[in-house]
Amino acid sequence: MKTRILGFAALAAVAAMTAIALFVVPADLNQGDAQRIMYPHVASAWLGYLSFGVTAISGILWLWKRDLRFDAIAVSGAEIGVMFTAFAIWGGMMWGRPIWGVFWQWEDPRLTTTALLLALYVGYLLFRRLTDDPQRRATRAAIVGIVAAVDIPIVHFSVEWWRGLHQTATIASPDRVLNPAAPMIFVGTLLGMLGAFTLAWGYLMIRRYQLARAELAREEAVRIGRLEDARRGVARSEAAR
Amino acid sequence: MSALRAEARTALAIARKDAVAELRGRHATVSTLFFSAVVLLLFGFALGPDSARLAAAAPGLLWLAVVFAGLLAVTRLHLLETDDGALEQLALYPVSRRAIYAGKALGGMAVMLVLGLVVLGAVGVLFAVDVASAWLPLLTTIVLGAVGIAAVGTFYAGVTVRLRAREVMLPLLMLPVLAPLLLAAVKATAAALAGDPFGELGAWLQLLVAFDVIMVVAGAATYGYLLED
Repeated sequence: MKTRILGFAALAAVAAMTAIALFVVPADLNQGDAQRIMYPHVASAWLGYLSFGVTAISGILWLWKRDLRFDAIAVSGAEIGVMFTAFAIWGGMMWGRPIWGVFWQWEDPRLTTTALLLALYVGYLLFRRLTDDPQRRATRAAIVGIVAAVDIPIVHFSVEWWRGLHQTATIASPDRVLNPAAPMIFVGTLLGMLGAFTLAWGYLMIRRYQLARAELAREEAVRIGRLEDARRGVARSEAAR
Repeated sequence: MSALRAEARTALAIARKDAVAELRGRHATVSTLFFSAVVLLLFGFALGPDSARLAAAAPGLLWLAVVFAGLLAVTRLHLLETDDGALEQLALYPVSRRAIYAGKALGGMAVMLVLGLVVLGAVGVLFAVDVASAWLPLLTTIVLGAVGIAAVGTFYAGVTVRLRAREVMLPLLMLPVLAPLLLAAVKATAAALAGDPFGELGAWLQLLVAFDVIMVVAGAATYGYLLED
């Protein structure tokens, strides 16, 4: 019930912030309406990173505590992170076409980093499907998730050195907000969108976690069922004899 | 201190075992070398016959060939262990997991080093690049690249070797992780070949060193969990 309330709150918040970002906040002087993409774009990129951090930390906790609940959190983080990261890239491309003139800008370090990030965690998700035993899968996935997380900063720095032209962090330097008349409303909208998306993220994480637990329980039930079938089969063949 | 020395001895013993097996059977090197030669030829067809363009692309082609061939090499080196349940035997030895990882990575590094040098020579000949004049920075780059590919490759080969779909999973997991190494090695090679006009060679080599150190530490810290399951 509480989760459902959270879900509705997230839905309402995202809808309200979308309306504000589309109709209330003025368009950017230089970039026009395309700049409005920035609100969901930045929010989903941030949640992508957060999700992958959750996956790495739950991986470490699984290796330490050997509690499959941590593995359920890890898979939730990876799956939801992939979704938000893909959304961030898609939004970035939609923004890049009118502003940069191209969908894909190789010189942009964050775009290329994020694309690699997506590749790393899609690989992680595909990799998970190949091991049937839950304990073994959790261990293998945990170390793959940890090494992927370790790789992210190196990817970031290496690509950064390639020279970039990405918009640098907007919140850290308010003078970069291009419309001089209303910088605060831009920042406020961005923070509001961030909050709304984070609510949605929390709801999705809880639901995906519950689903992962249910999947584990089903796997366990199937295994026990097979054991019992086998036992019954043995009993039957003995009776026939 | 003596514990560390014992670990180093174990690692060397495992690496030597791999080296002997390799010298006798040549599972990894011959097929891998041939593969990289074919890759270089195909690059020539894909980008040629304009020789100026091929020479300009040479650093990238060199490292793509090395990385692709490295995928094969680390797989071969690990298949060696799975054939007769050898990896389980190895895991049962009362030695530290780090030493086993280091030994396997060392063996892989030796193969990658041979591979890198041969591919470098082939690139020099095929794409008319003067590799002899900048031999020291090129050699350094190849050594650092070999360490990085072996460190990452040993880890991921260990992760995927027992899977059904290892041929697909290994490149899928390993190539994105190797992206920074590829980037830094290509940049370092290009800088070395051009005589380092912007003084950036050192920075790229440092990035390679950082990548190697981080990946060796991460691999050594997690490889033990692989052997357990």
